[in-house]
Amino acid sequence: MFIVNSPVVELSEIQKAIFLQKIKSPEIADQILPGQFLNIKVTEGYAPLLRRPFSICDVEDENIFLMFNIYGEGTRILSCKQKGQLLNILGPLGKGFNYNTDFDLAVFIAGGLGAAPFPYLTRKLKDKKDIISFVGGRTQSDVIKYNFLNYLVATEDGTEGFKGNVIDLFEQEIKKYLNRRIKIFACGPNGMLKALSDSLKRLNNLTNNITCEISTESAMACGFGICQGCPIQDANNSEHYYLICKDGPVFNVNDVVL
Amino acid sequence: MKTVDLSVSIGKLKLRNPILLASGTVGYGNEISDFIDLSILGGIITKSISLKPRKGNKPQRIVETSSGMLNAIGLANVGLEEFIKEKIPFLSNYDVPIICNIAASSIEEYVECIKTLDSVDVIKAFEINVSCPNVKDGGLQFGNNLMMVGKITEQVRSVTEKTVIIKLSPNVSYISEFAKVCKENGADAVSAINTVVGTAFNINTRKPKLSNIFGGLSGPAIKPIALAKVLEIKRSVEIPIIGVGGIMNWQDVVEFMIVGSSAIQIGTLNFIDPTAAVSIIKGLNDYCLKNNIESISQLTGAYILE
Repeated sequence: MFIVNSPVVELSEIQKAIFLQKIKSPEIADQILPGQFLNIKVTEGYAPLLRRPFSICDVEDENIFLMFNIYGEGTRILSCKQKGQLLNILGPLGKGFNYNTDFDLAVFIAGGLGAAPFPYLTRKLKDKKDIISFVGGRTQSDVIKYNFLNYLVATEDGTEGFKGNVIDLFEQEIKKYLNRRIKIFACGPNGMLKALSDSLKRLNNLTNNITCEISTESAMACGFGICQGCPIQDANNSEHYYLICKDGPVFNVNDVVL
Repeated sequence: MKTVDLSVSIGKLKLRNPILLASGTVGYGNEISDFIDLSILGGIITKSISLKPRKGNKPQRIVETSSGMLNAIGLANVGLEEFIKEKIPFLSNYDVPIICNIAASSIEEYVECIKTLDSVDVIKAFEINVSCPNVKDGGLQFGNNLMMVGKITEQVRSVTEKTVIIKLSPNVSYISEFAKVCKENGADAVSAINTVVGTAFNINTRKPKLSNIFGGLSGPAIKPIALAKVLEIKRSVEIPIIGVGGIMNWQDVVEFMIVGSSAIQIGTLNFIDPTAAVSIIKGLNDYCLKNNIESISQLTGAYILE
């Protein structure tokens, strides 16, 4: 965990309104793991005041990649950065995905911008494990398929792929693989994660071969545990909150209340 | 080469420089120590400790606002017992004065916390957070009630010889009246200011953005308010003031000292730049050299009004 000033290399629009920022940051690239995040100061002044948390999207040699849409002032400023301009980056932060555990089928589930952490995880796992991916959105333009392998698409309005939510699609398809040791990695809106958790309860009646990690998100100020701004309920202790920034953002689905 | 004496005194406390890290913005020191050598600081004020652990408020606890942020953490903390067992040993590794911030829901609880912590050697002073709901009196904050602030100060004073600092709320008509009561009841200093009450609503859902509805505003947005409160106290009460509220750089520190602060606290800035104290201390040293100030304490209250 450290602070570096790293130059923007290039911004690309991977699909309408979805951007990929390439940043040269050998220090971060060397240490960061899939599912971890960075807290970035997008301006030198105090407007906006706080850093902005971004999931690590990918790492290639000395470069790191962030995926974002223009949601507010911070991401608008980020999208205007020119080549060579410096970003003040604090990271790597949080606990990422545990992808070196015992399983033989990796299942990725992403909703909307929840696609962000998967290119890096795909890079780490593609030569070691079988991967199937489920990618969802409300409508076709929300679906981000960037660098997913072996994917199926769900849209709630049926404009692409399966009509319905991505968890319904997952639950229908996963039944073909229940003889394998499955590890699910999921990232997306809270509603999607909750639906996934419910789905797993149903599937657990059929198999005990599935484990699942989810990447959560929250408003936060510091990103490293001092502001206490990002609590998530501990599923095993009603008197305790985990902090998403420090104890997460990746949790075992059974450890938190969504 | 000329050197500058950056040291300042607050009650019995001698600080190597006037830079303290504010309660609730440094946890118990361990996370921020990854970024900064704690031993360069004037002191650290730990996150509010209460007798029993507090879970804190439900999410959402934080909202960013124009040049500021609202927080409603709800005094989440590990409680006195774990603080002593788990947090103090870490802080003991550094040559830095620890000021322990205390939160409580009754006067008895304040007193009990301080009685227990008084024997802990590395704790050099207590900062009393009076912006807590007074459970016995229907949940109104102690900090808005002159009589209660006086009583807390008196009771706390009676159980410790260590430096006692009362952290004042700005959400009152005349903060100087509170500072006066603190002085009369034996406080060594006051911290001014705690956060300013605020709220924010989502215009689509029409719901408050914070689960607690109201939160405390901090950051550069409140600096002018904090400066005015420090000046108000300085002009009417003789008590050391620790200035706090929106400090972002060394220039802000100088401004806080000129209006009357003996020391200052860095708060919200720690979330954005946990190394900030390093450049602030250097900036203060350079400013003093440039302006032929031998001892930084000369700046305290050095304002010129005409």
